[in-house]
Amino acid sequence: MRLSRFNIAALAFGLAFLYLPIVVLVIYSFNASKLVTVWGGWSTRWYTEFFNDRAMLDAAWMSARVGLVSATAATLLGTLAAVALTRGARFRGRTLMSGMLYAPLVMPEVITGLSLLLLFVALDAERGFWTVTIAHTSLTMCFVAVVVQSRLAGLDRSLEEAAMDLGCDPARAFVAVTLPLIWPAMAAGWMLAFTLSLDDLVIASFTTGPGSATLPIRIYSEVRLGVKPEINAICTLIIGFIAVLIVGASLASKLSSSRGDSAAPL
Amino acid sequence: MSARTIFTRPARRASVAPYIWMVLFFLVPFGFVLKISLSQTAIAQPPYLPLFGLTDGIAGLKAAFAALSLDSFWLLVSDNLYIASYGRSLVVALVSTALLLAIGYPIAYAMARLPRRWQGVAMMLVIVPFWTSFLIRIYAWINILQHDGLLNQILLALHIVSAPVVWLSTDSAMYLGIVYSYLPFMILPLYATLAKQDGALLEAAADLGASRLVAFWRVTFPLSLGGVGAGVLLCFIPIVGEFVIPDLLAGSDSMMIGQTLWLEFFTNKDWPVASALAIVLLALLIVPLLVYDRLQRRALEAR
Repeated sequence: MRLSRFNIAALAFGLAFLYLPIVVLVIYSFNASKLVTVWGGWSTRWYTEFFNDRAMLDAAWMSARVGLVSATAATLLGTLAAVALTRGARFRGRTLMSGMLYAPLVMPEVITGLSLLLLFVALDAERGFWTVTIAHTSLTMCFVAVVVQSRLAGLDRSLEEAAMDLGCDPARAFVAVTLPLIWPAMAAGWMLAFTLSLDDLVIASFTTGPGSATLPIRIYSEVRLGVKPEINAICTLIIGFIAVLIVGASLASKLSSSRGDSAAPL
Repeated sequence: MSARTIFTRPARRASVAPYIWMVLFFLVPFGFVLKISLSQTAIAQPPYLPLFGLTDGIAGLKAAFAALSLDSFWLLVSDNLYIASYGRSLVVALVSTALLLAIGYPIAYAMARLPRRWQGVAMMLVIVPFWTSFLIRIYAWINILQHDGLLNQILLALHIVSAPVVWLSTDSAMYLGIVYSYLPFMILPLYATLAKQDGALLEAAADLGASRLVAFWRVTFPLSLGGVGAGVLLCFIPIVGEFVIPDLLAGSDSMMIGQTLWLEFFTNKDWPVASALAIVLLALLIVPLLVYDRLQRRALEAR
């Protein structure tokens, strides 16, 4: 079917709208001028500034640790949940379980953040790295579950049945047959969980304690005071980092797609 | 015996860990929100009067029931500030969702009409911004919209305006930010339903004399309503409770409920009122949440 002019215009507009602001941000991060809006030639001074900013580096380190631990925990829990929902025909509390998994996907973050904080206060837990990590795990495991679930639902079940006909017990069939087929989806889920954790401001603000700010919390407090060239540099670094992750993931899914089809897109 | 029944028991075992986790860190916390919303504000650390502990037994429970206080909820209905916040949140969410649908539908439609091998690329291009940080994307717009930002510079250079226009801290900037941030959430479910549609249906409509516009309105659109529903809920529910976008892009004269809750919690340290605000917000969203849950279940499990 030929593309109408209307369709081309819609696509071009959509993509320009999505990408232009990010391109502008990246270009301005190399601006030598202290005034963000005046172009003063190319420079990397704001990157140097960031690498000398102790508080910002600490926050970045905190975010990296929270992201790594919570994404890993979320991938394990989310995959288990996805397996239970697609492979277990019925079990008690199944409806409750899927409800608990789907609701956080759209739940306003202020509600999730506040409720988790009140739990941590009631448990008298010291707020900081672990509370943020637990909060992020609870949020991101739901995203992992959805990604893995859509992959599992598309799998041909006769493969597992064949493995069991050949003498595997269900657990063995899962490890030998299902796991190799869903690992691209698990990898995609891990990356999604990691980037969501790296991005979260609201839930982290509620659940963290004094002295352990994450990167978005630091960025947010700077942004409230206005645009600063250093923030442009930090944001560009984050965008670059995520771009590398995405390219890595699509390469990984290409590698695995020679054996099956590619990972779930989300 | 089919795989379905064979897998039931191991699947039940697989569900134990995530089940316990979600009950503990998703369901139980709501109980605490409800509990704190019914307690009284106190200048203490934490800033509320304790209601009861599990160690107090029946007598403690009775005393606790006597001490339950609806003060926070009364405050919500008696102070216009809160009602105005809820009202504004609902209006902003409705308007934004309508804008998102109007902008997202043509894009999703065009994507579904692309040649097969380009569809994957287009989908990737829509998803990638979703992976980049939410906060960064809002910040990118502040760069452009501020007083001497790029937009004003361009408008001035083209002599479209004679003096810089105030874009930041306005409702227009907020709507722009919301549409920008949530667009992928609207496009993806729409694209998913549109791409699945059988082209033969449109040919049949054309054979029966329908113009392209009529065919779209009578065939394509009704068949995409599932995607419309998913996209609308995926945007509407979180936008109602949105905090970051209105806080950074809208003016400070009227607040959305997410901002009010944030203010009560972090600035006023009034935890009971913040909790009551969360409970009412949840009550407002419970119907859309249940509908969304049903749609999601149908999409992921009924295959």
